[in-house]
Amino acid sequence: MKVDIIICGVGGQGVLLASEVLGNLAILARLDVKKSEIHGMAQRGGSVFSHLRIGEKVNSPVIPLGSADFMLAFEELEALRYAPYLKKDGVVLVNRQRISPLTVLSGDAKYPENPVAMMKEHFERVFEVNALELAKKAGSPKAVNMVMIGALSKFLDWDESLWLSAMERCIPQRFLSLNQRAFSLGRAG
Amino acid sequence: MKVFLSGNEAVARGAWEAGLIFASSYPGTPATEILQNLASYREIKAEWAPNEKVALEAAIGASFAGVRSMASMKHVGLNVAADPFMTLSYTGVNGGLVIAVADDPGLYSSQNEQDTRRYVKASRILALEPSDSQEALEFTKLAFELSERFDTPVLIRLVTRISHSKCVVEVGDRKEVPRKVPQIDPAKWVMLPAFAKERHKVVLEREKRLKEFAEGSDLNRCELLSEDIGFIASGICYQYVKEAFPEASVLKLSVINPLPLELVRDFCSKVKRVYVVEELDPIFEEQIKAAGIHVVGKEVFPEYGEFSPDLVRSVVDKGYKPSYISFSDIPARPPTLCPGCPHRGVFVALRKAKVKVFGDIGCYTLGALRPLSSIHSCVCMGAGVSMEHGAASVGMGNSVAIIGDSTFMHSGVPSLMDIVYNNSSSTVIVMDNGTTAMTGKQPHPGTGVNAKGEPAPKIPMERIAEALGVKRVRIVDPYSVDEVYRAVKEEVQVDEPSVIITRRPCTLITTRPDEIWEVDKDKCIACGACLKVGCMALSMNGKAKIDEVLCFGCGVCAQVCPVEAIVKRNGGSNEG
Ligand SMILES: Cc1ncc(C[n+]2csc(CCOP(=O)(O)OP(=O)(O)O)c2C)c(N)n1
Repeated sequence: MKVDIIICGVGGQGVLLASEVLGNLAILARLDVKKSEIHGMAQRGGSVFSHLRIGEKVNSPVIPLGSADFMLAFEELEALRYAPYLKKDGVVLVNRQRISPLTVLSGDAKYPENPVAMMKEHFERVFEVNALELAKKAGSPKAVNMVMIGALSKFLDWDESLWLSAMERCIPQRFLSLNQRAFSLGRAG
Repeated sequence: MKVFLSGNEAVARGAWEAGLIFASSYPGTPATEILQNLASYREIKAEWAPNEKVALEAAIGASFAGVRSMASMKHVGLNVAADPFMTLSYTGVNGGLVIAVADDPGLYSSQNEQDTRRYVKASRILALEPSDSQEALEFTKLAFELSERFDTPVLIRLVTRISHSKCVVEVGDRKEVPRKVPQIDPAKWVMLPAFAKERHKVVLEREKRLKEFAEGSDLNRCELLSEDIGFIASGICYQYVKEAFPEASVLKLSVINPLPLELVRDFCSKVKRVYVVEELDPIFEEQIKAAGIHVVGKEVFPEYGEFSPDLVRSVVDKGYKPSYISFSDIPARPPTLCPGCPHRGVFVALRKAKVKVFGDIGCYTLGALRPLSSIHSCVCMGAGVSMEHGAASVGMGNSVAIIGDSTFMHSGVPSLMDIVYNNSSSTVIVMDNGTTAMTGKQPHPGTGVNAKGEPAPKIPMERIAEALGVKRVRIVDPYSVDEVYRAVKEEVQVDEPSVIITRRPCTLITTRPDEIWEVDKDKCIACGACLKVGCMALSMNGKAKIDEVLCFGCGVCAQVCPVEAIVKRNGGSNEG
C-alpha cells in the first residue's frame, strides 16, 4: 500500500500537528512513514505545508508532482497553491475558510473569486468541510486541524481507535478530549 | 523502541546515546532543534553561546578536558566558527568532538546557499552525511567513536530536508563513557608555528588513514542492479535517486570526506553511465573527475537550489514530464511581522524619517519587504552596524544601523566598538524584543534565561554600550512611532556615536493586552494609510477594518491614521 498526503494551510492553523498525528498513526499501523515540512521563515503567517508519505518502505520524504492521493487544505487559497502535488483522481478535503494574505490586504494582489470551484473544475473528488464551525462546536476554533483529519479518516481503512491513540501520542492530556471531540465531528460530518 | 523523529531530533538522540556531556550552539534554521533537544536531556550540559565561534571553542575546551562534546550550527554559522574549525583539524581532540552543520539548499531561511562540504575538504577532517533520521542517529553516535579513534573532529552534514523531515527511528539507550584525563601536550594543543608545522603533517597522515577507512567502511554502500545506469549520491539525494530510479545501480556515500575514490572507480567500471547527483557544489564530481573517472554531473544538474525526485528524473530522462495541474496568479503568502510586533513601529518611524538603513538578520529583516520597505542592506549577522560605520566614515550621512538583540550579542558588540574606537558619528538602533524570535524564541545572554530554561545572569545591552564608551544611549518604546521618529532624527544629527534601544517584548513571549483598537466607520475616509503598516489584522472593505482576534493592541495603525479614525476599545476576546 501507499498513501501520499499533502496538508496545507496558513501559519497558526495547526498543519504540523495534523501531520504529526498521521505520522504516529502510521507507526501504530506498523508501516513506514516520512513527513517533510519547512520551518523558519514560513511560519510568520506564511504558507505552511507538510508532505506525509505512508507505505511499506518510503524513500523520498517529498511527494513527487502529480502523485498525492489526498490533499487536506485548511484554507481555500492554499489548496490552489499545492494542487501540483495532487494526482488527477486524488481526494481533496478543503476547509471552507479564507484567510487573506498581506499581499491581498494591502491591495497588491487579488484573492481568487472561488478557489473551491477552480479545484472542482480540475479534480473530480473535491469535498468541502466546514471545519471552523465544527471546531467551534467541539470547543475551540483551534481544533480545525483535528476536524480535518477526522474527515480524512473516513477515506482510510484504519479503525477509529487507532486514530484516537495516535492523537494521544502527540497531544497533551489536557487538550486531548477537546481534540478527539473535534476529530469525531469531522469523521461524522 | 520505534519513534517518529526529525533529523535534528535524531542527531540529538544519537549524541545522547553516545554519552555526550557538553554541547553548545547558536540558533540558526535548520539546525536550531539539535541543541533544543540536547537541552532536554538531564545528563547533558547544553548551552546557547553568544555565537557559533564561541560555541565551537567551548566544545573544544570540553573535549580537551576529556569528555565527549558537540557544537551545532547552520551553514553560515560555520563561517563564524571557521577560525577555530580550521585549526581544530590540527590539534585533533581528546574527548570525541562532533560538529553538526545544516546546509540550506533552496534557501528556505538563509542569506546564502554555500556548501559546507567545501570547508570539510579544506580542513581534511572526517565527515558523514545521513540520508534519513535513522542514519542521523547512528552516524552521530558512531561519529564520537571515530573522532576518538582517528583523533579528528567529525562533521555531520545535514540539509534542511533531512533536519526537518521525520522518519521512523529505532532508538537505543545511553552508554556513559569514562572521562579522559585532560590532555597536557603542548606540541598537540599549542598551535605556535613550530608546533603547527608538525601538526600539519599529522593532518596529512591522518587523511591517509581516513581514506583507508572510507574505502573499507560499510557505511558506503554499493547497490548493484542495472549495468546501464547508475548514480553516486549521498544524503537526501540518495533518497531522491531511489525514488526516481528504483531499478538503477547506486553507490550510496555516507562518508563524504575523504571520498572513497577506489570504491567509486570500481562502481563506475561496472556500470555504463554514471551520474553524480549532489545538490549545490560539484564537490564529489570534481574529485571523481580529477581521479580520471568518467561521470556525468553538473553538465546536466543545476548547481543551485534544492533537488527533488522529479528534478532528478526529468534531468536524466529527457522524455519524462510529470503530469500535474497548476494554477497561475495565486497571490503570494510571504511571512510577515506578527500583529503587535514591536519592530513595526520602528520601521514606520524610519520610513517617515527618510533615512538609509543598514539592516541585519532576524524577524526585522522582513521590514525590507512591502509595504514597510525600510531596510536597504542585509549581508550577514552584525554587518549592519559595521556597514553603518564604514558609510558614516566616508561621509554618506543620514543613515542608521538596525540590529536585533540576539544579533547584537552575537556580533554587534565588536562592530559597536569599532564605531567608538574609530570615532564615526554612527547611530545604531538595537531592536530589543527580549528573544531570538526568528529562529523560535531562544534565550540569549541579554534575556536572563539559559538554554535549559533556568534563570541566568542577564547582560544588559545598554550597559555594554555605555562600557564601550557610547555617551548617547537612550531607550524608547517602539509602540510610539513619534518617540522613535524623534530619537532617530536627533541622533542622526549629532556628531558622535549613539545607540537607541527600542524595547518591547516579542508578541510570542508576552500576553495580549486587554485594550485593542477598532475603526470608527464614520470617521474613516478609506485612504489606506493604515494598510501601509503591513499588519495582518487590518483590511479594507469600503472602510478600514480591524480583526478583533488578530489585533494585539500596539496602536501603530492609529498613529498613522490622518483623521484619528482608529480608536481604542476594551475587552478584546482572547480566544482564537
Ligand atoms: C551566522 C548566523 N547564525 C545564525 C543565523 C540565524 N539567525 C538569523 S537571525 C537570527 C537572530 C535573530 O534574533 P534577533 O536579532 O533577536 O532578532 P529577532 O528575530 O528577535 O527580531 C538568527 C539566529 C544566521 N543567519 N547567521
